Amino acid sequence: MEYFLELVLGGLTRGSIYALIALGYTMVYGIIELINFAHGEIYMIGAFTALIFTSVLTLLGFNEIAVIVLASLAAVIYSSAYGYTVEKIAYKPLRHTSRLSPLISAIGMSIFLQNYVLLAQTSDFLPFPNLIPEFEFIKPYRHIISSSEILILITTSTAMILLTFLIKFTRTGKAMRATAQDRNMAMLVGVNVDRVISITFVIGSALAALGGVLIASHVGQINFYVGFIAGIKAFTAAVLGGIGSIPGAVLGALVLGLTESFATGYISSDYEDVFAFGLLVLILIFKPAGILGRVTDRKL
Amino acid sequence: MIKAQEIKKSFIVSIWFMFLTFPIMVIRVNPIEEIVEWRWKNMFVVGIGSFLLSFVWRYMLKKREAGEKRAETGESGKTFLIQRILEERRFYIPLVTGLTIIAVAFPFIFSMYQTSIMTTALMYIVLGLGLNIVVGLAGLLDLGYVAFYAVGAYSYALLNHHFGLGFWSVLPIGAVLGFIFGVLLGFPVLRLRGDYLAIVTLGFGEIIRLVLENWNEFSFGPSGIANIDRPGFFGIQFSLQAASIYLYFLMIGFVIFTIIVVNRLQNSRIGRAWIALREDETACQVMGIDKTRTKLRAFALGATWAGMVGVIFAAKTTFINPASFTFLESAMILSIVVLGGMGSILGVIIGALILILLPEYLRAFSDYRMLLFGAIMVIMMVFRPQGIIANIRRRYKFDG
Repeated sequence: MEYFLELVLGGLTRGSIYALIALGYTMVYGIIELINFAHGEIYMIGAFTALIFTSVLTLLGFNEIAVIVLASLAAVIYSSAYGYTVEKIAYKPLRHTSRLSPLISAIGMSIFLQNYVLLAQTSDFLPFPNLIPEFEFIKPYRHIISSSEILILITTSTAMILLTFLIKFTRTGKAMRATAQDRNMAMLVGVNVDRVISITFVIGSALAALGGVLIASHVGQINFYVGFIAGIKAFTAAVLGGIGSIPGAVLGALVLGLTESFATGYISSDYEDVFAFGLLVLILIFKPAGILGRVTDRKL
Repeated sequence: MIKAQEIKKSFIVSIWFMFLTFPIMVIRVNPIEEIVEWRWKNMFVVGIGSFLLSFVWRYMLKKREAGEKRAETGESGKTFLIQRILEERRFYIPLVTGLTIIAVAFPFIFSMYQTSIMTTALMYIVLGLGLNIVVGLAGLLDLGYVAFYAVGAYSYALLNHHFGLGFWSVLPIGAVLGFIFGVLLGFPVLRLRGDYLAIVTLGFGEIIRLVLENWNEFSFGPSGIANIDRPGFFGIQFSLQAASIYLYFLMIGFVIFTIIVVNRLQNSRIGRAWIALREDETACQVMGIDKTRTKLRAFALGATWAGMVGVIFAAKTTFINPASFTFLESAMILSIVVLGGMGSILGVIIGALILILLPEYLRAFSDYRMLLFGAIMVIMMVFRPQGIIANIRRRYKFDG
């Protein structure tokens, strides 16, 4: 029973990280119908930035809390800046071309960013310091849940609530929903579509960076390739829930996290990634619209 | 004349990029020994580089816009030199003869090492042409092409290891297995939207690699399979040097065979259906083309070719392991197709020669190889989506 509980909590933690990344995919897809392949790399850059700032700030003698806050902040700012720039360079000029071109451009961007980090930093796995302090009240339950898992769950839920609020109740959120429904119509009623798209990329990247910091400090190591696998898995989560739907992405991510956790816990950990990809293939075959997605008519 | 405004714009761009690359390019930390290395020189390079590149970028964008406007007003663009050479017989014949002589003499003039590199380049030409059927003609983005390549390579390696089957008997088996895997994967996913296909093929490619890596009883795991037989010639086994020359000519023959097949396919009913499907699916269905079946044919044919090249790859290197079949390999083949020109045979050949031979000969470049591939994909899509050599669309002139 305890093992089962451990797997459930582990799965939820994993799932909430995937959710943070999956939101970026689903928001971008909702608005410009593009699979942003470079999104996983944005997340990886977030983790690297956090690692770099942590080391520098620690050496400069800041205290622990200040290091955590500043490093996470730096990761969020830099990832957002990268997301914004990637959109301007690789996607904006291609907005009116066929579907294949932006997709190839996105893959190119992903490969470019991976190798940029590989060349500028290192190909080795770097140990990531555990930024999250041990909470006192968690001690008796240590064997089931760690404090970093609790923090991940809390941060993720807070981020989700804020995001939902932003999209449902603010002016920007309204503009985003309008753009997602019909870009040309939104433009006609005075929505600055370019700005909305940029904001979407920035928000998605910021969430990914948050996910990057949390998981890197939970797992304890990063390298330039972590973004690629995490990206595919987050995309799986987004598709699982129904791409374009924000609650869907969260639900899909949690389902994926639990599936992986149980599969590795009860079957074999060698095939961890195979389960995720296998799940993706199965969903696309049997329910391509996802759990919460609706089948939309194709526009002619 | 460069205006002050332009300089200001570039200046802002350069400041932005210096900010952007600051943590990754300037600082390098070693968390174990707690050393921080500051590389301020890099920031300077990024600043100057992005300042200059932003001028080029804007100039290219302007040129592209002008080109789009020309196309809209119906003014005919220039025909390119290469297209003109291809159309006129008096240029075309000597060119082909010259190439034939070079191709035949190559292994006798250059060293075995050069021949081996050339053979690799020829293999990538065939892989590029195979992927070109899928991506270029049918417009299906296949990111797991290397999976079929792995299927071919492993089928030869395993059949050779366990049953001692020779190269020539496995070549068709590899082709058939590639075909079967293509149909098996293609059948469920080809009904879906195009961009889902990209991610499913990507996932499938990774699954194949992970299975090969972990299923030790079947594939010998990450250590791979060694001592695979080289191709024989009616039972004759060659010396190392003769074998590499033999393989080179085998590849030349295979490239010619592929070119003929792809060329014939392109102009056949099914090739036209692919191109039509790529351009407009709905219109195509209205015309009575079975969408799924047509796509499946392209997908399975591409996989067949990858399977065959896989067999040749295993025979050439005599050693394979899962590390040869990563996503980067798929990405490389894709960038060959994108750089050369989607749908264009000549373009793919030139693309493969550039992307495979250049990093071999410019050793200083080889670290930057993948960085370059990524950049090429983005730049080509933004400025020249049709590739170096655009596919010449057949036009019918009405003489009347």
